[in-house]
This record gives sequence, structure tokens and C-alpha cells, in this order.
Amino acid sequence: MADDLILLNLWSSPFGMRVRIALAEKGLDYELIEEDLSNKSPLLLKMNPVRKQIAVLINKGRPICESLIIVQYIDEVWRHKSPLLPSDPCARAKARFWADYVDKNIYAIGKLVWGATGEIQEAAKKELIECFKVLEGELGDKPYFGGDSFGIVDVALIPFYSWFYAMETCGNFSIVAECPKLVSWAKRCMERESVSKSLPDQYKMYCFLLELKTKFQAQ
Amino acid sequence: MAEEVKLFGMWGSPFSRRIEIALKLKGVSYEYIEEDLQNKSPLLLKYNPVHKKVPVLLHNGKPIAESIVILEYIEETWKTNPIWPADPYERAIARFWAKFFDDKCGLAAWNACWAEEKEKEKAMEEASECLKTLEGELKDKKFFGGDKVGMVDIVAIFIAFWLRVLQEVVGADLLTPEKFPALFKWSEELVGCPIIKENLPPRDRLIILFRARLESSK
Repeated sequence: MADDLILLNLWSSPFGMRVRIALAEKGLDYELIEEDLSNKSPLLLKMNPVRKQIAVLINKGRPICESLIIVQYIDEVWRHKSPLLPSDPCARAKARFWADYVDKNIYAIGKLVWGATGEIQEAAKKELIECFKVLEGELGDKPYFGGDSFGIVDVALIPFYSWFYAMETCGNFSIVAECPKLVSWAKRCMERESVSKSLPDQYKMYCFLLELKTKFQAQ
Repeated sequence: MAEEVKLFGMWGSPFSRRIEIALKLKGVSYEYIEEDLQNKSPLLLKYNPVHKKVPVLLHNGKPIAESIVILEYIEETWKTNPIWPADPYERAIARFWAKFFDDKCGLAAWNACWAEEKEKEKAMEEASECLKTLEGELKDKKFFGGDKVGMVDIVAIFIAFWLRVLQEVVGADLLTPEKFPALFKWSEELVGCPIIKENLPPRDRLIILFRARLESSK
């Protein structure tokens, strides 16, 4: 393969989606290997012995782990096309800060919104909307978090759009009612082929997450 | 243009000290502002409204928050004495270890020291697993950065200094030369480095801080 890239992935993982979006933005060819997390491949365990998680990008036989670290690596090596980080250090710091904010909050809170019940779910819903409102504040009137260009914060956040139907249905609330700007941003991102081809259908995701939720509750 | 660099920090915070060490290693002059975390200043809240935490670096009026973000910024802005690898792959590896440290190790070690009796064994096991992983990554290198102190060493300095003080105060034997010889040796080397040892919190002051917390938890 031209760029010698392999991605160890899981179709439902927002972290895998981030990497696929970044690879697509850069127009890179890669081999996609779908992992079964209940039966991790020897390759995954060899390439990510510390965390044993996807996503793992293997470039010329060398692994890079952690989705946002992978995205930054891709951006640095294939700098010439569709930069995902600005060149000014201050703007880069701002982008990294907000990507980190997404990383610290959205997965953990979102999981409780679709996965929990009762008081825990209610608290998570409240927290999620608060986070989304903070992000809307940062977005402002810009088309993307990256300004006029799609950037790392957009890449970090947009995969969670695939959870929206599941969160709204399980949580019995409307995200667009609370955060219309964010939903507009998400739809704008979805117009990019890199995003629409990397995110699964929201209903398919909902069914999958529901299955997961039932499995956890049964344990 | 005269450069204005300010750092909002807290004397005992390993996150704050990371930044001071990095700035000092690069020979960057800065004004240090000590924050009382029980009574945060209006400036801190203005410059880090999202997390309201130290450290915050202010460069020519522009604030940067989150220690690893600040370390990346420092590297990109002041090119002398690089502390990050130049090669993108090596840099990705360094970022991985910094993240692993911050997401898992630091917290695990801290929790293991403060855990209550019934959770102590499990917490110590978890922390030991983390240290074992770090030991494996260090192998026979002098520092995580190789021959020179690098970014991962600066991030992991909590283990080299704070943990060793803390485990003495609470009576935990997490990092010992018998259990983790490479990591223990690394900790001695790191805190012995000229610029680093001058920028660590005073040991006795840290002991007082930890002892006070231990007393109040009884």
C-alpha cells in the first residue's frame, strides 16, 4: 500500500472514527482491520501492549496509539494537505486545549446519557448539555472550531454526533432544542465526505448501544 | 518587542512545577504568581474560566491552560534546548507516555497512598502495575528522553519526587529500589539534575502539607 498504513479499528468507536476522518481529510490510503474487542487480535496486543485498545495506526510497521495523538501524527507527517492544526503556536495551543476538553468530557458523560438510568442519567444529561453549551460558546459564529477550516477539535468532537439519536432516545430529550448551534455545526461537518463516510448511521449506532446497555445491565 | 511571560502556579503542584522546569530548562524569564487554590484570584478565573486551575501560562497577554498543552506551546515558541523529540514518530511516542502517565499512573499512585484500608490492596496493585509499565518503558535508559531529560521525564516527575515524599509520610512502599530498580535510579538521577532540583518544592514544606492532610483524614 502506497502510504503503508494500517488502522486497527472498531466501527462503533468514536476514537476510530476520529482517525478515519483525519486519514480521509489527508486523502491517505490505508488497510482497515476491524477488531473484536471480546477477542483481541495478537496484532492489537502486540501494537498496543500498554492499553490494549483501538484505535491503533500502524505506519511502516510502527504503531501509534491514542486517537488524538494519531491525528496529530498524521497532521505532522502529511502536513501539506488539509492541515488540521493551525501554524501559529497560540492558535495550536487553543486547539489542543479544546480537543483535550472534548476528550475529558464527552465520552464519559455521553456514555451515561445512553447507558445509565434514573438519577445518574439525569445528572449526565445536565452535564452533557452544559459541556455542549461551553463548546457552542467556543464555536461562536465560526463555521468550524478550526475557524474557516475543519480542524482537530472538529475531528475530536464530530464522532459523538453518531451517538445523538441514542442519547436523545435513551435520555428522552432533544439536543437540538438545547444546543441548536452545535447541531448546525454537526450537520455542516456531515457534509464533508471524510465525516459522512466515517460515521455510522445513527440508528445502527442506537441499536448497537442498546444491546451494549442491556448486556451491562444483565451483568 | 519586550516579551511578557507570566505563570500562575501553586508551589506544591507537580503540574505547576512541570511548567517552571520547562521554562527554566529553556532559559525563559518569567514572572511567577502564586495562587491560593482555596481563594482563586480573579485573574486566574479570567484566564482559565473553563477549568479554573493552575498552571496557566500568560504569554504577551494570551493565556494557555492545561499543563501538557502549555508544554507543547513552550516547545514551539522557545526553540533552545528542545525537550520534545524532533521526529514525528518519536514525538507521538512521547505524547503517548505523557498521556498514559496523566490518565493512569499519577492518579493511581496518589490514590494508592491515600486509599482507606479496605481499598488499599487493590489501589496499591493498580499503582504497582503502572510503575511496572513505566519500568518496562525506561529499561536501561538514563531518562525517558534518552540521555537527556525530556518531556516525559518532566511529566512523570511526580513519581520521582512527590511520590517518594508522600509514601514516606503515609507509610506506603510503592516505589522502592527492590521493586523498581530502573525507575528508582531514574528518580534519583532526575531530582539530582541541576536545574530540576532547584525547581522542586521544599521537601519539608511538602511533608507538612501531606502530614496535615493525613491528620485531617483520620
